[in-house]
Amino acid sequence: QTGYTEPWLELYSMEWGLREDLRDCVVAAAPYGGPIALLRNSRRDKTPSARPLLEIYSASGLLLASVPWKSGQLVHLGWTAGEDLLCIQEDGTVLVYNLFCEFKRHFSMGNEVLQNHVLEAQVFHTEFGTGVAILTGALRFSLATNIDDLKLRRLPEVPGLQKPPPCWTVLAQDRVTMVLLAMGQELFLLDNTSCSVLVRHFGNLGWACAVSAVTTCPWQPRGPLGCPWCPQGCPGCAQAWGSCRCTRPRSRQRAVVLAWERQLMVVGNSSESIRFVLDEDSYLVPELDGVRILSRSSHEFLHEIPEASQEIFRIASMAPGALLLEAQKEYEKESQKADEYLREIREQQLLPEAVGQCIEAAGYEHEPDTQKSLLRAASFGKCFLDKFPPEGFVRMCQDLRVLNAIRDYQIGIPLTFTQYKQLTIEVLLDRLVLRRLYPLAIRICEFLRLPEMQGVSRILAHWACYKVQQKDKSDEEVAQAINQKLGDTAGISYSDIATRAYDCGRAELAIKLLEYEPRSGEQVPLLLKMKRSKLALGKAIESGDTDLVYTVVLHLKNELNRGSFFMTLQNQPVALSLYRQFCRHQERETLKDLYNQDDNHQELGNLHVLGGYCQRRIEGRVAALQNALDEFYKAKNDFAAKATEEQIKLLRLQRHLQEELDKPYLDLSLHDTVATLILDGHHKRAEQLYRDFRIPDKRYWWLKINALATRGDWEEMEKFSKSKKSPIGYLPFVEVAVKHHNRYEAKKYAPRVPPEQRVKAFVLVGDLEQAAEAAIERKNEAEMSLVLSRCSPGTDGALAERLNRARAQLLKK
Amino acid sequence: MRFIAGECGWPPAGAGAPLEGRGASAAPGITPVPGVSGPGGAVAGAGAAVQGLCGVSADIVNADKMSGRSRKYKIIFSPQKFYACEMVLEEEGVFGDVTCDEWSFYLLPLDEDIISMELPEFFRDYFLEGDHRWINPVARALQLLNSLYGPFGKSYGIGRCAKMSYELWRDLEEESDTEGQGRKPEIGHVFLMDRDTDYVTALCSQVVYEGLVDDTFRIKCGSVDFGPDVTSSDKSIKVLLNSQDKVFSQIRNEHFSSVFGFLSQKSRNLQAQYDRRRGMDIKQMKDFVSQELKGLKQEHRLLSLHIGACESIMKKKTKQDFQETIKAEHSLLEGFDIRESTSFIEEHIDRQVSPVESLRLMCLLSITENGLVPKDYRSLKTQYLQSYGPEHLLTFHNLKRIGLLTEQAAGETLTAVESKVSKLVTDRAAGKITDAFNSLARKSNFRAISKKLGLIPRLDGEYDLKMPRDMAYVFGGAYVPLSCKIIEQVLERRGWQGLEEVVRLLNGNEFCVSDSAVEDNPAWECQRVILAVFLGGCTFSEIAALRFLGKERGCKFIFLTTAITNSARMMEAMIEAKA
Repeated sequence: QTGYTEPWLELYSMEWGLREDLRDCVVAAAPYGGPIALLRNSRRDKTPSARPLLEIYSASGLLLASVPWKSGQLVHLGWTAGEDLLCIQEDGTVLVYNLFCEFKRHFSMGNEVLQNHVLEAQVFHTEFGTGVAILTGALRFSLATNIDDLKLRRLPEVPGLQKPPPCWTVLAQDRVTMVLLAMGQELFLLDNTSCSVLVRHFGNLGWACAVSAVTTCPWQPRGPLGCPWCPQGCPGCAQAWGSCRCTRPRSRQRAVVLAWERQLMVVGNSSESIRFVLDEDSYLVPELDGVRILSRSSHEFLHEIPEASQEIFRIASMAPGALLLEAQKEYEKESQKADEYLREIREQQLLPEAVGQCIEAAGYEHEPDTQKSLLRAASFGKCFLDKFPPEGFVRMCQDLRVLNAIRDYQIGIPLTFTQYKQLTIEVLLDRLVLRRLYPLAIRICEFLRLPEMQGVSRILAHWACYKVQQKDKSDEEVAQAINQKLGDTAGISYSDIATRAYDCGRAELAIKLLEYEPRSGEQVPLLLKMKRSKLALGKAIESGDTDLVYTVVLHLKNELNRGSFFMTLQNQPVALSLYRQFCRHQERETLKDLYNQDDNHQELGNLHVLGGYCQRRIEGRVAALQNALDEFYKAKNDFAAKATEEQIKLLRLQRHLQEELDKPYLDLSLHDTVATLILDGHHKRAEQLYRDFRIPDKRYWWLKINALATRGDWEEMEKFSKSKKSPIGYLPFVEVAVKHHNRYEAKKYAPRVPPEQRVKAFVLVGDLEQAAEAAIERKNEAEMSLVLSRCSPGTDGALAERLNRARAQLLKK
Repeated sequence: MRFIAGECGWPPAGAGAPLEGRGASAAPGITPVPGVSGPGGAVAGAGAAVQGLCGVSADIVNADKMSGRSRKYKIIFSPQKFYACEMVLEEEGVFGDVTCDEWSFYLLPLDEDIISMELPEFFRDYFLEGDHRWINPVARALQLLNSLYGPFGKSYGIGRCAKMSYELWRDLEEESDTEGQGRKPEIGHVFLMDRDTDYVTALCSQVVYEGLVDDTFRIKCGSVDFGPDVTSSDKSIKVLLNSQDKVFSQIRNEHFSSVFGFLSQKSRNLQAQYDRRRGMDIKQMKDFVSQELKGLKQEHRLLSLHIGACESIMKKKTKQDFQETIKAEHSLLEGFDIRESTSFIEEHIDRQVSPVESLRLMCLLSITENGLVPKDYRSLKTQYLQSYGPEHLLTFHNLKRIGLLTEQAAGETLTAVESKVSKLVTDRAAGKITDAFNSLARKSNFRAISKKLGLIPRLDGEYDLKMPRDMAYVFGGAYVPLSCKIIEQVLERRGWQGLEEVVRLLNGNEFCVSDSAVEDNPAWECQRVILAVFLGGCTFSEIAALRFLGKERGCKFIFLTTAITNSARMMEAMIEAKA
């Protein structure tokens, strides 16, 4: 009869063909419909020579992977939140395997554990991650709250503990991790610093209630619990095979489920309990909303029936949802009863609730036919409603399609709707990727229309990362296959995939994959890691990011010896110039080596010159210049060589002058040296320098008259002017004198100025009369105008008139 | 907390506070403020002579450590932090003592139409040292503008750096989210140009008012310090020069010869407005005082400042034979009387007029003549060393490397040079663009380009500087700035067609790309807005010329430059100072 829901739900009949008793194996099943790990026969056969098989099955009992167990004595198996398998050995070593029995890493629980051995262990989950707790042979507890950030903690001693406690478990509350243990008639709480007694005497089911009372977590991994009637764990009494806590979603009450022998018992806060009979030895897996019960042949789910389902499927229920379902069935049979039922609902104005109930109940159903009939009823009911928001219905249809797909025994993830919502679609996709179910994951993304970056691209990237691990295919093949599938899909980082390839030891493949990476900057870090620094340098330069180039260059500097480092730079001008810039500020000496390497004598010479200026002492400076001189000769730069030579000569001379005349001459230019000498009246010496340094005549004359004028030595100036014919003419004499406000002297030179400049000279001197005369004589209109512009109408009236006349005459011609 | 930072502090832009250039020159100026302890502290900015700077910071920290002081240090890098800086800090052993921050500061609006990146070191770092580090900030600045003003319709450019910046910007654009796409474009065209495309214009003496003020007083981040000789008082005044200044905005683009006339006219008008007070009744007087007087006073103050500035400029320029210099410059540009100009330069050097000026004239001679004749090359350099000191040997080396002061290869005629250049161009086209070196001192081919583009206007009669007919007015009608002419021609032709010969002479690397996403709708307002990007700096003369062009053609130019430059700044960037 459709429409009957019971708390037992058969998920799968197990395909694994297990012959051994479950109690003889070490078993661990991950929550949220996770995989099952199994180590056969380990409990019975303890001979070290036996090589048991470590197997991992899907929840439907399909073998995912297996590996012969070669390591030490296994005590406990457990799953992390990320579905990695933790294998805890007797010596305290924890081996981490992935879903496919591939070894990932291992870590140790410390020396104390190593010495005293592991008696019992538990894997637990906190908000920080997955933790491991261990009871050692010395009856002490050690634990680590997060295996990804391993910090071992040894808990204080439990007073009076003589033998392993019959049951214990780890509690994680308010970021504090504690151990709860039962011993004798007492319940202890063990925290970082102390051990306190929680309950002194508890009777039959008392301890179970106590556990559920102090535990706020909805579920915890089960521990090997003693027989509840017999907390001392007396050997005569059968040990409970499994137990777990769970919250009943409807009543929000916590419950503990216990299994032993062929019995299963659900214990709540009250003293009553529910008992079931089991056909086989069973293993319990706690879930958010129920318990999975795993046995050799079947996999079942025990849960509290959700309210919506109960309302609808209760016998003779008159709930709106139940009536709607009925109405729809009648409608399909073309019976008028459909109308009656509908009316009944609508009279109570409960149609929206009815639709809602049907949609909700559909979510709790595992049987597609029941889901369909409920959804059909909902859809039917919606027809009679105005403006019923469609999102809930659509969403539920989508969710159910996803759930049905993953519940298929080939996939074997028996998630309930509640678990699915808690897990979120993103995590579900991650788990599918972890199981390498890429096509299904992509199809789900496409079906749910997830954004590419979160959905398809991400999965493709994971696929590619898996693909590069397939060692049987050639690099070329793999690279091409990946590029074909991924193309230019947005959000794909080829460099990430390449990194994975490199981690798998496939450097060539990594380089091939990097070729597809459009952003050259992204390629650089991996290339550096792969020690392909030269290639990295090229890519960094291509990216145009100088900072990246710097990174690579400085990396290269440390990696290569100096010679090949320089050689590499030679071929990369951009990098070379950057490095030069760096050296110019930081390491001048390196810069010298750099230039030495490529025989750049010109730059070497420049460096020596530059270095010379840093020298305080003149000897040092001369030495540096001497070095520079050599380099300039090598560089065949005659000009620079000569200039340097002269400078050395000048420096020596300046030092000589400085000592002799007790005046600072150092660092003056040649010009200034000579000028200073003249200013101080050392005309002979100045003359000497003029000849020694072959100072051009023009310069010397300019320099000398300026200096003499500044000194006010007009006599010497006159003498000088008559010494020989001036190479700069005599106008400068006039100008210099005027500049120093000596018109009298200036006038002396004006007549000696050649005719073409004479007018200007007279104007400068202020002798307008003469200027006018000269201008008229030269019949130059422009010059006449110049003089005219200087004439003031009051005083030079006659002159102006004369000029005007001359000009008019000139223009007439 | 104590801050040490890059090269200068940045108060909020536009606050009128002193914004010093982030120039490398500022680096040695960073000094610890020993008095500061407790909260607050010394703040500087960051950027350029990067490693040196970090060294300085490290020294400060180490000095404090030695003296047993314990402080918190923070370094703020702007516009970006370099890996090398961290390296230096690590080597100096202070990496753990400082915290670093990055301030992605790219654009400083100096005026309505001028955006500066304030990276004066760009010029030397890129063109001389071949250092590509500033290309990234340029690309990011373009990206920023792009995201603010929508996609640019058409991009043109010339020069290797322009090309690299453009390509990097496109890459960044592709990598980032496609935000800003689909925005209505506000800037229709963008034109990128390397400074080395046109050194001539930057080397000329500026004669438009704003350029002259920059040449004479140095405008720093849009403000200028007028000294006592301008203010005719005993203190200097900092003045913000931009379009908000009503007097300045009217004369900034004018040729200097018309500025005096304008200012005296203006002062007469102002007087007339003041004079209206006479004959006012009480009410009118009240209105006058409350509404107009403040504006008039402000204007009056500005007017007297600018008149003072003009006088000061005149005084300085007469002292340096400005007319003579301009005359020599013009004959260099026209290619007349080279001998005479050479002796003028020689005399200039002999008389020790000014090291920077002499160097500028030498460079101008070299670049217009495609290098100096070997004899002149040697003698001018010798003269220069004798006048201004032997350390300039290194300066000459720099100038040769960058191609500003070169020697004509013996026996090479112009045509031979040209054929060599064209061969070079094809070699480059083969894909060897990554070569960063400019050491192959490129020929400027100025004379040939000038002829092709008609940069020297034929003079029939006097050039009316008050009513200019072309962009040549910014150089007294003697020369149309090459950079601006290229922009004009390319915009007119909507591409490089017909300019092949010029491009070849400019050593290629031109590009022209239309953004297919932006419809080419000539009716759109954005088509009238052009972003002119100058890599390596632009001068106020160029800005004035393009403003003039914009007015003529009914469009608007917006300038993005790595820094405002002028001939002196360019020369100083090349001068190797005594260490």
